Amino acid sequence: MPVWLSDDEHRILSAACDRLIPPSESGPGASAAGVPDYIDGLLGAFSFDPPRIWAGGPTSGRHGGERGFEQFHRLTALDELAWRMRIEGSLGLPEREFNGPVIGLQQRYREGLAALGEDFCGLDPGDQDGRLRSLSEFTALLYDHTCEGMYGAPEYGGNRDCSGWKAIDFDGDVQPRGWTDAEVSNP
Amino acid sequence: MTVDAVIVGSGPGGATAADVLTAAGWTVAIVEKGRNHLLDPDDLSKPAFDYSNDEIKFHSRHFLGPDPLIEPRTFRSEEADGDHVHVGEFNSLPTTVGGGGVHADGKVPRFRPDDFRLHSLFGPQPDAEVADWPVDYDELEPYYAEVERTIGVAGTEDSNPFAAPRSGPFPMPSGAPMFGATRSAAAAERLGYHPYPAPSAVNSVPYDTRPACNNCGFCAFFGCPIHAKGDPIAMLQRAMASGRAELLAETFVSRIRVEGRRATGVDLVGPGGAERFLAARHVIVAAGAIETPRLLLLSDFDHPLIGRYLMTHYQTITAGSMPFRTYAERGRAVTHVHDDMIVGDDASRAAATEAGLPWLRGGLVEHGGGGLPIMEAKHLPWGEHHPDLMANSMIRARLWAFIMQGEDLAYASNRVDLDPTIKDARGVPVARVTYRPGRHELVASAHYGPRLIAILDEMGAQWTAATSSPGSGNASLPDAIPESRHNMGTVRMGADPATSVVDPTGRMHQFDNIVIADSSVFVTSAGYGPTLTLAALAARAAHLMV
Repeated sequence: MPVWLSDDEHRILSAACDRLIPPSESGPGASAAGVPDYIDGLLGAFSFDPPRIWAGGPTSGRHGGERGFEQFHRLTALDELAWRMRIEGSLGLPEREFNGPVIGLQQRYREGLAALGEDFCGLDPGDQDGRLRSLSEFTALLYDHTCEGMYGAPEYGGNRDCSGWKAIDFDGDVQPRGWTDAEVSNP
Repeated sequence: MTVDAVIVGSGPGGATAADVLTAAGWTVAIVEKGRNHLLDPDDLSKPAFDYSNDEIKFHSRHFLGPDPLIEPRTFRSEEADGDHVHVGEFNSLPTTVGGGGVHADGKVPRFRPDDFRLHSLFGPQPDAEVADWPVDYDELEPYYAEVERTIGVAGTEDSNPFAAPRSGPFPMPSGAPMFGATRSAAAAERLGYHPYPAPSAVNSVPYDTRPACNNCGFCAFFGCPIHAKGDPIAMLQRAMASGRAELLAETFVSRIRVEGRRATGVDLVGPGGAERFLAARHVIVAAGAIETPRLLLLSDFDHPLIGRYLMTHYQTITAGSMPFRTYAERGRAVTHVHDDMIVGDDASRAAATEAGLPWLRGGLVEHGGGGLPIMEAKHLPWGEHHPDLMANSMIRARLWAFIMQGEDLAYASNRVDLDPTIKDARGVPVARVTYRPGRHELVASAHYGPRLIAILDEMGAQWTAATSSPGSGNASLPDAIPESRHNMGTVRMGADPATSVVDPTGRMHQFDNIVIADSSVFVTSAGYGPTLTLAALAARAAHLMV
């Protein structure tokens, strides 16, 4: 179940992400790697307490240490203001419009996914790419987030089972193991 | 209650001042507008463990601040652009306890004696305000040595033939060289250059209760998860352990209050927006070369040079793709550098003459590489080829790069003032930057860029590319904004109150008890990162106060 998107929006988002980072011999495509859940998790970050903005530290547990990434940081009042402005937009609220209105990510995704069209999932790949290219501003945003969800820490909802990192032979976060001096100088 | 000193900013300058003053028995209040993710909230003399190897948190989501929605800056390249052409980030350093020291990868070179005597040794440049510092290297050397010991600096004596003289050894030996740097250093030597292990505020051995670096590779732009980077946590821990320091995080200084020639304290805006006055016998401003002049202007100080002479470093960036893996994701981000392009040679002198300039100077060249996967992915195109391009990884796994931190000259037209319309979330006018590189910087970059490419070719590069930051003088293009994260010069130091804002000790000419303790006071930018020099100046200023 998506946190913030509708089921239909989630389906369109999944199909669109898979055109940006398709499945390949090296690994799964963006949707199987959980990228739509990463994006849905950002759009719905304030459905959680603490909001899922910043994963904790200092280790994930993948290379030793505690599973600290799972404990998201609490936000201060100013942090919350910034991230609600970014995600929800200013919504006409004076305290969010000290430099004018801000369009939030939620509105940009709602409008961008609608513009891709209800029929997007059934189109030929070439036609899907054509729609994505015609919405260049939305697609640039979607691609930035797709990269984050594909190759960022799994605690944010994407990079499922580290599949994004495995596909590119990257160890990800390596604390507290690190690398030995020999691995640095004479790999 | 009146504190002996209020210190505005907790970065390397403010932290150093706090350490020196509390050791001398003073009480200090360190005011930091950002959050505290550096020190344990239950015992501020101990580290916190909020930092992590997390590219989303540090690169995509502004964990160290400033958030450009809450605290924007504005930019234009010249007055003719209008009020501003960009609202958001400008060469931002972290807004967090520890300031710029938190995200730096810890290269901490000293300046060389020449850097303090540019006018005497080289003479003027067209349009620039080239001047000597009122302090020379010999006077600063003991403070360089002191802050190297405090921060914990690793390095190798006698490895750099151009090095400034030292009164003693580095506190630690150099750490493990990165594999790619061993290749680039060898190639540079074959071409007659003199690479050496970069002096680093990164522990090569356990030092001052903190562990040795374990080479995780998430260094530049990340806080250190294990606190193997010493700058500035070492100074803050000592200051807090003295029992004479108070840390006021999430607290903004909106004004310095003065009566005649004396400051009486500062106006604060606390975490919930609560405003109060904090009385202090001395005010030390160490908010960085953008925020420091902003505060002086918000305080209605009227010296005409406040905010003038902003210098960054004009970065010449060259990269090559290698036929071998460079393993740049392991280690300290940069372990080798060379000074040859600061020192110059017959070819650089000829290039200056040909361009009609009296002289030119480049900057420190950093040997580094790579990047992390999200960054790489965003640079690559989407579509069918994306997975293969990522798996082959031209950038993360195979790239090697040189960044030259080219010396910026001081131009009066490059400046910080208050934006006429844009405000921060507290309703306070933000800093506006007017900046464009001068002809000297462009000529130096054009001269040295091909020479850096030649080193990459000598390494065996399959292809190379060169760019610069800022990339153009056209403010409408996003690359017009510099990315060096080195800001200097906006509250210039000098003996003459007509041509400088602070005196040779760091005290403002106009006031008896306001001291500037950051890179704002720099007279020249040299071609070296500013951190160690600003910390040495802050230590000197603080010692001269007590």
